[in-house]
Amino acid sequence: MSRYGMVIDTRRCVGCHDCVVACKTENGVPEGYSRDWIVEEAHGKFPTVQLEIRSERCNHCDNPPCVSCCPTGASHVHERGGVVLVTHDKCIGCKACLAACPYDARFIHPDGYADKCTFCIHRVEAGLDPACVSVCPTHCMHFGDLDDPLSEVSRLLNSRPHHPLIPEAGTKPCIFYLT
Amino acid sequence: MIALTELTVSRHNPLVDPTLHVWEWQIPIYLFFGGLVAGLMIIAGVRLIAMRPKQREALVCCTIGPIVGLAFLSLGMFVLFLDLSHKLYVWRLYTTFQITSPMSWGSWILLLVYPALLGNALAHLPEAIPALAKRFPILVTWSDFILARQKLVLSIGVANMLVGIALGIYTGILLGTLGARLLWNSALLGPLFLFSGLSTAAAVLHGILVLTTPDEERPAFADFLLSSLARLVEARPLDKKVGPVLAGADNSFLTIELGLLCLFLIGHLSSTGAHQQAAGLLLTGSYAAVFWVLVVGMGILLPLVLQTLELENRIQHTLAPAMLVVFGGLALRFILVFAGQESHWLQALN
Amino acid sequence: MSNLSRRRFLKIGAGTIAAAGALEGAGRVMAGAGNAAQSGLRTVPTFCNVCFWECGAIASIRDGKLWKIEGNPLDPLSNGRLCPRGTGGIGAHSDPDRLRSPLIRVSERGEEKWKEVTWDEALNFVAEKMQKIKSTYCPESFAAFIHGLGGTFFKHTLRAYGTDNIAAPSFAQCRGPRDVGFTLTYGDDVRSPERTDIENAQCIVLIGSHLGENMHNTQVQEFAHAVGRGVSLIVADPRLSVAASKAKFYLPVKAGTDIALLLAWMNVIVGEKLYDKEYVDKYGFGFEQFSAEVQAFTPEWAYPETGIDPDTIRATAREMARYRPATLIHPGRHSSWYGDDAQRSRAIALLNALMGSWGRKGGLYVPAKMDVPAYPHLPYPQPGKPDVDNPNNKFPFANETISTGIREATLTGEPYPVKGWLVYATNLLNSLANQAETIRAIQQLDLLVVVDTIPSEIAGWADVVLPESTYLERYDELHSEAFKHPFIALRQPVVEAPGEQKPNWWIAKKLAEKLGLSAYYPWNDIEEYLAARLKAGGYSFDELKRNGVILGKQPPIYFEDGAPAVFDTPSKKIEFYSMQLKQAGFDPVPRYTRPEPGPANSFRLLFGRAPMHSFSRTQSNHLLMDLMSENAVWVNATEAGRLGLKSGDYVRLRNQDGQLSSRIRVKATERIRPDCVYMVHGFGHTSRELRFAFGKGASDSQLITRYKTDPLMGGTGVNVNFVTIETEA
Repeated sequence: MSRYGMVIDTRRCVGCHDCVVACKTENGVPEGYSRDWIVEEAHGKFPTVQLEIRSERCNHCDNPPCVSCCPTGASHVHERGGVVLVTHDKCIGCKACLAACPYDARFIHPDGYADKCTFCIHRVEAGLDPACVSVCPTHCMHFGDLDDPLSEVSRLLNSRPHHPLIPEAGTKPCIFYLT
Repeated sequence: MIALTELTVSRHNPLVDPTLHVWEWQIPIYLFFGGLVAGLMIIAGVRLIAMRPKQREALVCCTIGPIVGLAFLSLGMFVLFLDLSHKLYVWRLYTTFQITSPMSWGSWILLLVYPALLGNALAHLPEAIPALAKRFPILVTWSDFILARQKLVLSIGVANMLVGIALGIYTGILLGTLGARLLWNSALLGPLFLFSGLSTAAAVLHGILVLTTPDEERPAFADFLLSSLARLVEARPLDKKVGPVLAGADNSFLTIELGLLCLFLIGHLSSTGAHQQAAGLLLTGSYAAVFWVLVVGMGILLPLVLQTLELENRIQHTLAPAMLVVFGGLALRFILVFAGQESHWLQALN
Repeated sequence: MSNLSRRRFLKIGAGTIAAAGALEGAGRVMAGAGNAAQSGLRTVPTFCNVCFWECGAIASIRDGKLWKIEGNPLDPLSNGRLCPRGTGGIGAHSDPDRLRSPLIRVSERGEEKWKEVTWDEALNFVAEKMQKIKSTYCPESFAAFIHGLGGTFFKHTLRAYGTDNIAAPSFAQCRGPRDVGFTLTYGDDVRSPERTDIENAQCIVLIGSHLGENMHNTQVQEFAHAVGRGVSLIVADPRLSVAASKAKFYLPVKAGTDIALLLAWMNVIVGEKLYDKEYVDKYGFGFEQFSAEVQAFTPEWAYPETGIDPDTIRATAREMARYRPATLIHPGRHSSWYGDDAQRSRAIALLNALMGSWGRKGGLYVPAKMDVPAYPHLPYPQPGKPDVDNPNNKFPFANETISTGIREATLTGEPYPVKGWLVYATNLLNSLANQAETIRAIQQLDLLVVVDTIPSEIAGWADVVLPESTYLERYDELHSEAFKHPFIALRQPVVEAPGEQKPNWWIAKKLAEKLGLSAYYPWNDIEEYLAARLKAGGYSFDELKRNGVILGKQPPIYFEDGAPAVFDTPSKKIEFYSMQLKQAGFDPVPRYTRPEPGPANSFRLLFGRAPMHSFSRTQSNHLLMDLMSENAVWVNATEAGRLGLKSGDYVRLRNQDGQLSSRIRVKATERIRPDCVYMVHGFGHTSRELRFAFGKGASDSQLITRYKTDPLMGGTGVNVNFVTIETEA
């Protein structure tokens, strides 16, 4: 069983937003919306400030509340890789999935259905990386099979300290940030 | 010096940023109607089974209540439909049953509510509204059919009770399972909505009962309502058996509702920091004023006190407490829906 | 010229996005390689133009519509990955506010009232006026401000016409001080793209450079890799930039005191003998005098000036020396700060020399370029007058035209009048310091022609506006810069221009024809020109069209590998002590001058870059604006608290001369010193035709009313303005 995930090196990330705009052009994300975004978190007092920069998106959780709450099955887990996807013409736009997501990763597309990052499944199944990973000029983003101990993502997780987002929400997110 | 945290998020998605606001007035209105109908169903079911023939109060509960319930339910479902952003696909709800989705449960429960309410209403409809039965004789046929079968009457009554409970609880469970919105994250939300719905239903039935008292015994409708608001009125004497029962029932529901609300908040306050902060929104934060004044004060405590005094015949009866309860039920849902969307795992910074 | 009522407005940015989309789909897509297939997927290699880095890119067209742009894996500038501006470049093509057709103004300059005209009308108008200037005054009375590769043909036409008063604002307003400082030291400048070997550096020192927010693609890639492999990073900046947040040592240096810091470092390194002695002995000139000069500038001396304690100065100096020669003190790029910038850059150059990093691995390599023979042309007429920008060689070390010098001459009429300007691809009102002076100069002109892709502020002041097609819609001159890996890159059309826009080569050629200078354009179209050049060099145009890039052989780039260690200085060595500076009356070794303080209770205004925007040219690109739609003023959190401000509040800034900015959002942060404020450059557009960009954020350029001119080379130091914050209501 494969389980797709991402490992993102926050030390290398400069917060340039290339991942955001590459996703927009690759996936035709409408103006005013984004499937991924940049968070800058600063702690401390000048001049001793720690800054963590993160490229965030849907975490394609292993325990996705957005799937369990969906009344029509539009929100579902893909047969391969544990990727969470939305079947547009099954979605009624009730927005429960938006409320269910602790990461606020979803939005309602202007056409009415719930939308979000798809891990560029169309690219992944063609042997490519997601658009955000492919474009990143700092090479800080890695995509792969978390269940494969020899994959780059697995090796990175084994060698460096990392954290996912809001682990206490219990959703078992599949994106990890190297610190 | 506690280190400051600055969080800069570049996302700006409509309905999501700066805080989630996916559900507006449509959802609280639906929740209110849903709770009301649930309460009406449970009371109707009970009264149907424990029916004493020809008691006006019983008729109001088990016939008028369901009819009113059908109207409110349809209105509620329409309002729910208005909230959908992909309306053309609403039929998808009924091509599947998603066992983990309270909303899927609810969409099927709503379908069951119609026949249950209809059955309950039809049982005694000719007695309750003779003029209608005269116009449509088929109603008499149906009523006779039902009443002739004790098991059927029992089934309809139980169905209304059970489906009513399901209807009253599921919306609370629905919000409760949206764990990302911490204010809703409590198993008590279901029962809270249920008992809020029951107290609202009791208040509505009380109001209907009072307002449908025979003409010669009550002042003009408008005058009666206005008087209730403005001053204690020269009220028509209440049917002694009716008033106390419903008012008393209402008081019980209100008391249970208050208890559940307390437990709900205690649960949050003894949970994680983020949960405490969520509860804080209601208790001391941006929703404190409306919560304490509208929901707790005007919606629960004041009607409790007034109704108690009325029952002890210390003050004259008015419809004021009933109206306050209805208003309070609406306020509770509005405030919970809006405040809930603001509550979040990421605790507010500085 | 038709007579139109003054009240008639013509929308010069006409068309909705939908209309633009319809045009795109319906238009014939010009194929770079192969046939013009309408549907399915096609890719066309080209190179980007959202900034001057000009990375090789591959554009994808799907079903006849521009879909996305990615990096060209063959291209050494991008290594196959574009920056966010390159990725968002398709927004430039679909920009609804872009210029559509040639315009001639129908009212007072700056009122932005136009009539649409044909290319013939517009160019006839321009040619006529240019000839009049030539006959009434002299051809040198026509000047030009040109930015970027696309200006090549305009320069050609103008030189043929007879003027050499052509300036790139990037000299005096940006990289000039740095290049002069390095040329004085090494006899060569930093080049563009910079010759930094971040890839192999073991220690990187950034003085005010905010790499990471400043998105020089190759440098950011190498920088991120360096951070990832644990490079020792030292950052001196009044603001805790993204780069500073990754530093091993962050020095919150007081703005304007960098020379003191640099001198103190040199003091320590010389005093403790931490420099590369072999290198200095072999290549240096005047080291003894230099050592004597820096003796006085101890860390203790520097501490009260810079705010950096002596221990930290010593520790960071020793850290640098630990990794030499792979220690790179980054030369920066925009270096026009305080008026002593050429000397500050020289100090940076000297520090690198002490580390032995010039010409060495991990420092500053020796770049090489691929030569493509120029297309032969008639000799240009001999200039009848000296260049107008630097009369009497007032700025003796300026080795490029001083843009503000041209402006000065236009204003004063000395040494001779300047009566016409051509402005290409630079928003002069934002690039030249003190907008009021630029406007006053414009009022002296008989002709202002602006060539641009969007209705920028400078276009708003023009007599004639000529719309250029964007880089996605045109061929351009070949791109072949000196770089680590020599290359030639081709720009070719990916999609058709949606309106009347024309490429620069076409406009310049047509103008030349109307000026009677057809002889200087013996070729018919750009493909003929490019093919001829490539053929003469022995390269395949077809291969270039297919691949976008041709790579050359990389010669030795380090001295140790055989790269030439030549220094084009008077001593033919690295000048630790500069006799030519001394003879010209300047400090032979840089000295520190304390920056003038601002008025009480004011903040020094600093500005910089954001990775998703290029100057003021991307604020009408909807894609990029979706990433950042306005700038914010960074205010120290404690100061903000004192003023009752919090993040998200809107304020206005008023500078020392009373100039008031438009509304700008506050970012209350711990990431900046209490005595300065910072904003990203390029926002606060005032051009009404930039309907999408208009009024978003505030303009630092508007607040830069004062500048200090560098006496060595005429650069305009602009970090000398101070602001107070005014709250709303």
